[in-house]
Amino acid sequence: MIEIDHLTRYFGDFCAVDDLSFRVQPGEVLGFLGPNGAGKSTTMKMICGFLSPSSGTVRVCGHDVEREPLAAKRRIGYLPEGAPAYGEMSPWQFLSFAAELRGLKGEAKLKALAMAIARLELQEVLHQSIDTLSKGFKRRVGLAQAILHDPDVLILDEPTDGLDPNQKHQVRQLIKGLAADKLVIVSTHILEEVSAVCSRALIIARGRLVADGGPEQLEARSRYHNAVFLQLAREVDVDARLRALPGVAGLEGQGLQRLILARPGHALFDAVSALALKEGWPLLGMSVERGRLDDVFRTLTAEA
Amino acid sequence: MDAVKQIFRREFASYFATPLALVFIVIFLAVCGAFTFYIGGFFERGQADLQPFFYFHPWLYLFLVPAISMRLWAEERKSGTLELLMTLPVTIAQAVLGKFLAAWAFCGLALALTFPLWLTVNYLGSPDNGVILTAYLGSFLMAGGFLAIGSCLSACTKNQVIAFILSVAVCFLFIVSGFPLVLDAFQSWAPQALVDGIASLSFLSHFDAISKGVIALRDVLYFVTVIAVWLVATAIVIDMKKAQ
Repeated sequence: MIEIDHLTRYFGDFCAVDDLSFRVQPGEVLGFLGPNGAGKSTTMKMICGFLSPSSGTVRVCGHDVEREPLAAKRRIGYLPEGAPAYGEMSPWQFLSFAAELRGLKGEAKLKALAMAIARLELQEVLHQSIDTLSKGFKRRVGLAQAILHDPDVLILDEPTDGLDPNQKHQVRQLIKGLAADKLVIVSTHILEEVSAVCSRALIIARGRLVADGGPEQLEARSRYHNAVFLQLAREVDVDARLRALPGVAGLEGQGLQRLILARPGHALFDAVSALALKEGWPLLGMSVERGRLDDVFRTLTAEA
Repeated sequence: MDAVKQIFRREFASYFATPLALVFIVIFLAVCGAFTFYIGGFFERGQADLQPFFYFHPWLYLFLVPAISMRLWAEERKSGTLELLMTLPVTIAQAVLGKFLAAWAFCGLALALTFPLWLTVNYLGSPDNGVILTAYLGSFLMAGGFLAIGSCLSACTKNQVIAFILSVAVCFLFIVSGFPLVLDAFQSWAPQALVDGIASLSFLSHFDAISKGVIALRDVLYFVTVIAVWLVATAIVIDMKKAQ
């Protein structure tokens, strides 16, 4: 469990993290969202004990990161942004070094290494230097280092940044697979990732918390939430009739496509389909939008 | 202590993962030889000792040791591995000590590889091997002092070239602080006690005594103190500048 209370960090006069408080429970995958420079990485660095807070506290599994840094660090697996590693070492040497610093020895170390290497599929590059690896492999070496000691808390700073779609998918599968018994915090600015892996999302902007909830709850804040999408076979004049329906907030689109925005609390699908049937509109398709995270993200981070 | 050992091993091995170790050792040995035989006049002196060899060590270290120490922290900072290291369960003190000891051991290895000179002088005559051993010890201690200074200045920057230049400059001041070059600047206005204090900071005077076979506690303590002070400074700098 992670408890963050009134966490604040200044760099000179610049306030990077401003009075942030939240709790994360085991089993949760928390997506940490925000535009670049919002304070995501700074917050993660404070959770991992790399940076000291200007004020406020971070407790990881009951250990105050400032007062008992080693106890807290033992419970955390951390992938820093860009997955830094000692380039002249091979993944095997690097992971072995990390394992030893984590206090793993002998059998336990070999088992931990074998587990991490198998999970990240590193066998083929195990003995070439990290400098010569592709970006995807480097990221996977960093991830292997983070999960090596089977930590209770995993903090991943932009784990999929710069990976190709297959690698992104792999990393997401890995995070999902780990999530059952761990607490995972993933920072990202890729919104599809949140719907794909996270059970909860925090949006921060300019160091402040602006939204906290499940991906569905956040989507529900979108103006596209419950909007109905219509695909017509040929152009018909539908706008006037649609606007007249109760609960319609507005229309978007033209030609063969219409997006009918709903007022909060209204479901339009039935009304629209009944209307279309009655009017004999040539429908090709019709669907309900869940809401668009990017839209919510933009609204929230722009107004903060 | 375990963590110090792991960091030491990783750091020490890293010298040999690149051509750095080879280049350094070859250059060190070549320059040592050149100084001893040509400039130091090893044969011409007609004495069975290694004075001409040790005489140049402070000046040799002035440029070679910062070349080792410049990467100690600047590289970690630049590549981002500092963040990784500091979020593993190790303290700053363990990391500083482990890395310093690795660099020091590497210098020790380079120094040890000058043993053919010792063999030569023993073959040619019968030197006082006690004096030679003491001088080696003094030289090793002095290398530690240079390294500790370099470690701290390396922690101040991401840029290895800046770390190198700063280290050379500060090490130079430590060498010449007993010379008129520095003392004259203070002589006219500073109290004699301060002038003496500055003069006693010189690496040269302390090394000189040891290299002539006189192990005074004072001189050993001096180098140990220099190392300790600069290592503590390294830890403080790293802690303060983690964010940048």
